[in-house]
Amino acid sequence: MQQDTIEQRPDAAADWPDQIYDLLKLHNIRQVALVPDAGHSSLIKRCLADNEMKVVTLTTEEEGVAMMAGAWLGGDRSVLLMQSSGVGNCINMLTLSSIHRTPMPMIVTMRGDFGEFNPAQIAMGNATQTVLEAMGTLVKRADNPEDVAATVDATLRMAFNTFRPTATLLGQRLLGAKTFGKD
Amino acid sequence: MLTASGKLERRELCRAVLTDRGDMLVIAGLGAPAWDITAVGDCAENLPLWGGMGGAAMMGLGLALAQPSRRVLVITGDGEMLMGLGALATIAVTRPPNLSILVQDNEHYGETGMQETATKHGVDLVGMARAAGFARTMLVTKPEEVPALRTAIHAMNGPLFALAKIDAGTLPLVLPPREGAYLQARMREAVLGKAAHTA
Repeated sequence: MQQDTIEQRPDAAADWPDQIYDLLKLHNIRQVALVPDAGHSSLIKRCLADNEMKVVTLTTEEEGVAMMAGAWLGGDRSVLLMQSSGVGNCINMLTLSSIHRTPMPMIVTMRGDFGEFNPAQIAMGNATQTVLEAMGTLVKRADNPEDVAATVDATLRMAFNTFRPTATLLGQRLLGAKTFGKD
Repeated sequence: MLTASGKLERRELCRAVLTDRGDMLVIAGLGAPAWDITAVGDCAENLPLWGGMGGAAMMGLGLALAQPSRRVLVITGDGEMLMGLGALATIAVTRPPNLSILVQDNEHYGETGMQETATKHGVDLVGMARAAGFARTMLVTKPEEVPALRTAIHAMNGPLFALAKIDAGTLPLVLPPREGAYLQARMREAVLGKAAHTA
């Protein structure tokens, strides 16, 4: 990512990334597929430090959709972490869930959503929920820190209990301070 | 196993690779590879794909990570592999020893009117897999090389990326079941037992 890009990531004091990690453990998520996003950086660190989680960094998000299909075939529960722009890369591959009835929970950090700086993020950010729903995904949003855990919990439960793609969109209002590329 | 074109016959190749396959799990890319594994013998350990073009290798990765003690083979076509080339990097970095990918390369899009693919024009998928860092790569062009291919697929020292140049002739359709929920559920039951359905 360009250094002059305004990145957004959770305030260091925010505990909702840890709450998401705890939910991944509670729901026995064994495979974590991801394309990095600043908003997921704390969660990714927790997952990488967990020897029970197989963390795979993808070259494009649709790989993660296919990987979730394979994980479920072999009995592993999985999740896909990505930014909203990556949702656009997943759309046809979500067919795999439709034809096989595969649980596919996704946790999406939003860009182009609320106070965006970068014009390039707007088109996909504005379309994220629409295109996910067009492919049969159950989409819920969390825009406040206190809503994150319940929303992610619902996303995981509905994926594995009802065998379909589900997504939590973590709104840009949640993602906190602009860091101007600094950690 | 050789055809008049001097290339391998795809179903005989498939049959040779799957001989005495044991508990190996097989994912086949959409189109002819799915018909091929079905012609050799449909079973619960087969997942023939009807869609998700470009995703077969990554499905194999998820399955191989979930079942590290079982061999997983992805059989797919050159067009399907070309659509998901990033997976070569992802799989090479993840290094699952139990995953093999076999591309049956006829240098054409067989289901859409036999248009030429990039491999027809010199794109070297084996070279790309090697450059990505696959532990083992193989190019197979002759019948006498097939036993070594089978041995490599059945070993657990991958990940293996193999490509076999096959004849572009079209064979009779042998269609697998079309109900995807059934295909997924039967493989899960084969792997996990009846508990698969209450997980």
